[in-house]
Amino acid sequence: MSKIGVFVCHCGENIGATVDCERVANTASQMEGVEFATDYKYMCSEPGQSRIKDAIREKGLDGVVVAACSPRMHEPTFRKTCAEAGLNPFMCEMSNIREHCSWVHEKGEETTEKAVDLVRMLVEKVKRNKPLNPIKVPITKKALIIGGGIAGIQASLDIANAGQKVILVERDPSIGGHMSQLSETFPTLDCSQCILTPRMVDVAQHPNITLYSYAELEKLEGFIGNFKATIRLKAKSVDYKLCTGCGACTTKCPTKKIPSEFNEGLGLRTAIYTPFPQAVPNKPVIDRKNCRYYLTGKCKVCEKICPTGAIQFDREDEFITEDIGAVVLATGFNVLKTDFFPEYGYGKYTDVITGLQFERLASASGPTMGEIRRPSDGTIPKKIVFIACAGSRDPAKGIPYCSKICCMYTAKHAMLYQHKVHDGESYVFYMDIRAGGKNYEEFVRRAIEEDGANYVRGRVARIYEKDGKLIVKGVDTLLDAKPVEIEADMVVLATAGVSNCGAEELAQKLHVSYDPYKFFAEAHPKLKPVETNTAGIYLCGSCQAPKDIPDTVSTASGAAAKVIGLFSNAELTREPTIAVVNRIATHDVSTCVGCFLCETACPYQAIEHEEIKNRAGEVIKTVARVNPGLCQGCGTCVSFCRSKSIDIQGFSNEQMFAEVMSVLEN
Amino acid sequence: MNNKLGFYPGCSLKGTSSEYAQSTLALAKVFDIELVEIADWNCCGATAAHNLSRELATALPARILALAEQQGLTEIVVPCAACYNRLSVTQHELNEDATLKANVSKILKLPLGGKIQILNVMQFIEKYIAGRIEEKTTKPFEQKVVCYYGCLLVRPHNILQFDRLEDPQSMDNLMRKIGATSLDWGYKTECCGAGFSVSRTDIVAKLSGKIVKDAKDRGAEAIIVACPMCQSNLDMRRPHIDSFLRIKTNIPVMYITQAMGLAVGLSSKELGLQKLFVAPTFASPN
Repeated sequence: MSKIGVFVCHCGENIGATVDCERVANTASQMEGVEFATDYKYMCSEPGQSRIKDAIREKGLDGVVVAACSPRMHEPTFRKTCAEAGLNPFMCEMSNIREHCSWVHEKGEETTEKAVDLVRMLVEKVKRNKPLNPIKVPITKKALIIGGGIAGIQASLDIANAGQKVILVERDPSIGGHMSQLSETFPTLDCSQCILTPRMVDVAQHPNITLYSYAELEKLEGFIGNFKATIRLKAKSVDYKLCTGCGACTTKCPTKKIPSEFNEGLGLRTAIYTPFPQAVPNKPVIDRKNCRYYLTGKCKVCEKICPTGAIQFDREDEFITEDIGAVVLATGFNVLKTDFFPEYGYGKYTDVITGLQFERLASASGPTMGEIRRPSDGTIPKKIVFIACAGSRDPAKGIPYCSKICCMYTAKHAMLYQHKVHDGESYVFYMDIRAGGKNYEEFVRRAIEEDGANYVRGRVARIYEKDGKLIVKGVDTLLDAKPVEIEADMVVLATAGVSNCGAEELAQKLHVSYDPYKFFAEAHPKLKPVETNTAGIYLCGSCQAPKDIPDTVSTASGAAAKVIGLFSNAELTREPTIAVVNRIATHDVSTCVGCFLCETACPYQAIEHEEIKNRAGEVIKTVARVNPGLCQGCGTCVSFCRSKSIDIQGFSNEQMFAEVMSVLEN
Repeated sequence: MNNKLGFYPGCSLKGTSSEYAQSTLALAKVFDIELVEIADWNCCGATAAHNLSRELATALPARILALAEQQGLTEIVVPCAACYNRLSVTQHELNEDATLKANVSKILKLPLGGKIQILNVMQFIEKYIAGRIEEKTTKPFEQKVVCYYGCLLVRPHNILQFDRLEDPQSMDNLMRKIGATSLDWGYKTECCGAGFSVSRTDIVAKLSGKIVKDAKDRGAEAIIVACPMCQSNLDMRRPHIDSFLRIKTNIPVMYITQAMGLAVGLSSKELGLQKLFVAPTFASPN
């Protein structure tokens, strides 16, 4: 026979003004198995909690129902109260008579009756509760950061500086990401490389960081605190232990005309190459798709020239595995190319370039040493048009979202152009100027008012080439609202920011959700912005949505803080409300028939196979077992199980049915 | 393959652009395709009807489609871009909206199947002629041309699903097949002035003038079109265009069916070339 206590809270007037709390308590005291029931104005307050504790001790209660607000609000409070009085915290349940009753109904007889029913349901549930203990999971204190752009660099440094081990995996031969390609950064116009490269060096030299460049995550198994990552180290064809980074090989390589990825195709590189002079690691790799030796079997010039014998053509991809406790996704984004726009020339006009290409032109380390020159003939453009929202905010292009960074970088581009080409004329076609951010609006005003960029509100309908000029046809929607035609020398499209190539594949590999545009999804858009829905996997930077540098760094530090917080515990404590496969009668028996429908249903890969053996050690049957580290307690397996062999602890079928029946029978 | 198709001429092809009908039928004949005019056809409603009443604008093309079905036709060729647009949009709207379909069917006292394949001239040529055009080409059309698509042939894209919206290519590809050099230019889908042809000739002179000017600047020897309205604005209004441009232009504006007809050896007479205001000097007058 249960001895349950019911505690009805008035929540000031929130419940008390609508529900007759005293009557709820009186009715509850008559329910079968209820030993004691009372009501109080603020049950969560110190005196309220004392009432619960005293009742547990004095009446010897073995279960508690607090009829008050949502369990989301105060379940931890009351469970702690019960634990302090010596009751297992999972023997305490909350009946939500505020959000589910008093807030949504008028004062009246029926409202009080509903509150009584809600209490009755929870009384029936608590009768069937079993004491549970939180699950303890050990933690491997090593973080895996995927992506070595500014997001991955910041997250790595923050975690490493907190004294934890970090493994940083970068797909390209160097870390640095898009930020290393940028010229100057808004809103201060400080040089991107000047602020980034010291951090890249910090990463390389940090004793807590292991950097795997030219590497990709192959596989991730396990669960929070206990992942096992398989990393593919792509064959660099260069032994980094021997290579000194002297660069002799890159000067002698005969294949010199490969479009440089770092220069966005505006410059050329060799087949054995270091992406840029400040690369980290500052050692070359051989691009096997373009290398003459791999294509024809002849050449090996680099091998002959290398003074340390570091070139090794027969190297193959290697795989290493690492035990890790948390993962941070920092894989960044990409920008659409100009060939996305038939109306803007479909990639056929070489002087219609993307914003990222303009960054390379404006960068001191770029193909023109920072001079703004046309890609077609190398002349300095005297009239330049910038088109904001090229693809973004355009459902017809399949990109309804705002790419966020373009308004600011376009203002910066116009400004840099005016600073570098004094007699030049710049035009910016825009829809709206979105300059929310510290010193952002002021920056845009400066471009317009001090540097004289001509802002035209309207869209560009078409660009075509005529007599060496790009004819830009658009509309000025302000004042006289008439068509505008500009004969430009160069056009810069602020093309939409899109998810990085391979993002979808990676998300599926890690079981991380992603949105229709293949950006990774955060666990909650406001309150869990750096977590994913898979425990132990965090995200930061532009792999989530296009972000500028300040936002990227903020989220990277945020994700790092989450990892450091996780690693600050000796072991992981989790709520025990997870699925379990029953073990009725003796330990060796289960009603599970081993159909593993649950395995197909589980979104978290938490179902394992367990062999039940007899005394002779022979396998009698194989049944399902739930990995308590992976299970998130969603209950999908429970509804799939045909033999009713799986239950959620604390939310068993029996408990749920008892709740429903208690309402139906009264 | 089906070599008996329905044919909907619409008003233009029976009047101002009879040479479009003539050349389309002549070209089809060379390839042993019979184009059967839909009996008792009516006006498609053009731009006038849908300014007045949605019901009327839907019922007029719906009747044409219903008649075609009644006459056992499954595919119809509609050369005029406006007719093609109205018929396609109507069929789409009827298929999307069951109530509208039932209402219109009641008004017309005709059943509406909604499964007619509507082909514009390019789609017709691509499906039935393009595969055999190279073997039939006896006099390659070795001119430098610009292909002008106008507004209605490719819009609205989500209904027509024809070609690339901003930079269509189908006409260019067909012209290359008969030996022409198709030039890149800036006015493929710009407005010609359309119905202002009658009320505001000055606007047509300006809009069409820019089209003709760009074609001239790029050295085009002919403007190739597939719409009677575009053709008449660029061709018949040439005096107005020339006075707007303050230069004399002599680029002929030909239907794609006329250019292809010349390539397969049809005579100027058979293709109605003498009806063009700006004569194509490269074609022999007979």
